[in-house]
Amino acid sequence: MSCILLGDSRSFLCLKIPLFLERVSAGFPSPAEDYVEKTLDLNELCVQHPAATFFVRVQGESMIDAGIFPDDVLVVDRSLHAQHGDIIIASLESEMTVKELHLTPPPVCLLPRNPAYQSILIEEGMVLEVFGVVTNVVRSLKRGRAR
Amino acid sequence: MFALVDCNNFYASCEKLFRPDLRDTPVIVLSNNDGCVVARSKEAKALGIKMGVPVHHIQSEIRQHGIQVFSSNYTLYGDMSRHVMVTLEALAPRVDVYSIDEAFLDITGVNRVVALGGFGQQVKSTVVRNTGLPVCVGIASTRTLAKLANYAAKKYRATDGVVDLSKTDRQRRLMALVPVDEVWGVGRKISVKLQAVGITTALDLADADPATLRKRFSVVLERTMSELNGVACLPWEDVPQPKKQIMCSRSFGTVVKTLSGLFEAVANFAVRAAEKLRAGEQCAGAVMVFVRTNPFRSELPQYSNSASVKLITPTQDSRVIVHQVLSLLKPMFRDGYDYAKAGVMLGDLVSQVHYQEDLFSIEPSGKNERSDRLMSVMDEINRHSGVKVHSARQAGPAAHKMRRKHLSPAYTTDWRHLPTVR
Repeated sequence: MSCILLGDSRSFLCLKIPLFLERVSAGFPSPAEDYVEKTLDLNELCVQHPAATFFVRVQGESMIDAGIFPDDVLVVDRSLHAQHGDIIIASLESEMTVKELHLTPPPVCLLPRNPAYQSILIEEGMVLEVFGVVTNVVRSLKRGRAR
Repeated sequence: MFALVDCNNFYASCEKLFRPDLRDTPVIVLSNNDGCVVARSKEAKALGIKMGVPVHHIQSEIRQHGIQVFSSNYTLYGDMSRHVMVTLEALAPRVDVYSIDEAFLDITGVNRVVALGGFGQQVKSTVVRNTGLPVCVGIASTRTLAKLANYAAKKYRATDGVVDLSKTDRQRRLMALVPVDEVWGVGRKISVKLQAVGITTALDLADADPATLRKRFSVVLERTMSELNGVACLPWEDVPQPKKQIMCSRSFGTVVKTLSGLFEAVANFAVRAAEKLRAGEQCAGAVMVFVRTNPFRSELPQYSNSASVKLITPTQDSRVIVHQVLSLLKPMFRDGYDYAKAGVMLGDLVSQVHYQEDLFSIEPSGKNERSDRLMSVMDEINRHSGVKVHSARQAGPAAHKMRRKHLSPAYTTDWRHLPTVR
């Protein structure tokens, strides 16, 4: 695996992370400030439709094979039409659940991505509402961090 | 051409959004300090729960029907409002936010591309898709008629939540059904007077004689009449604005008896109001303070008073406002009463950049800059860190807290309160 360093956050108050075009040496009032071309914003990466975007937090392990773990934050876009195979947030009877949506062949199913869990068949008379489509997963890897 | 988009049972709908278990449950939302009902879901309306009723009057209904009760959660409502307004901004070239849950869209020219009713349906379905909040849409050539169209869209189920009132015959048919006090800008007082001269429906008002209206009532009412006849004549500045002042008031959790106790409470309200002022980049030109005892405890001695002052130089400095508030409060205070509520109102709001400097001000203008800097540092600290900075006059943060027993989580604005999914 390889990784690329994009930039550095200079202050925890700052949402925007500057991308410098030149090397910066420490200890100086930064001469590079004039060279900030653009700032990187995680919203830009994760959020396509701000007005329709909500965040939810995961409980339980029903989706771990899809890379969704307990305590993860999911980015949910309500403006997208849910399609077969999408991971969606559904409000099902009395709770919100994250599952994979299966439309074909009928009947409609909500599939967990963990063999230890049962899939949910949507039968006549059940109320299923799609709350939104999951577009991103945000996970903190820092141990013992208060959330 | 205008479209008025208005959310249905906005606060109650926000509370239901993240609670699928409450889908068909009656929900009510209470005013500050958990006093009265300020919003009802359609199920609660169907049970006959009235707007404004004190919650302690309906305890038996709440138990009997399992009504879910919520304290008002303005953090949530404000953020959901933002979702709605941003969605609307993508649908029309101009959006004027009228209140937390309604906005006027300027849709001039839209009818050359699509039918207005179809456009209304598209607005309605886009808002519910993006935000989960149901809305109704009223469309007409004037704002007053668009309001009326929205009223009809809400009231009559057959409209499917959208009413296109651009045709004259439909306008007149609807106006004949609508009582005059439902017309935008006609208050209760005026409607009583109107009824006395035989104007009882919106149509009566539309057909009234303009000269007589102006003479007997006001130019504003004459304009309302023209608007009902499809002549747009409310420039945006003259639209009755819901908010021209900043108000910060509430009932105390426990009774306050001393001047110093009242000082602390009122200073707190002054600081909160000043924060709102700066957030809106405005300055206040007038300050008002009121105090009162609890009118429902009629066995106790009752007292209420208010006082106000006009400021020579409009300000947004917390310290100046706190100082003004306290000098108003001192002469108002009477010993021997149980104070139950107080409030601070800031009026004569002007934009921070536009106000007139005082010619005779003794303060060198440099002082203003220092004050601005101090205030922005205070706001910054209070916004971003766990620690709160406050002026010595204010009580600690725990005092004078509102009663909010049924507060829902800030689902959309606090990482710790996100809705959970399994």
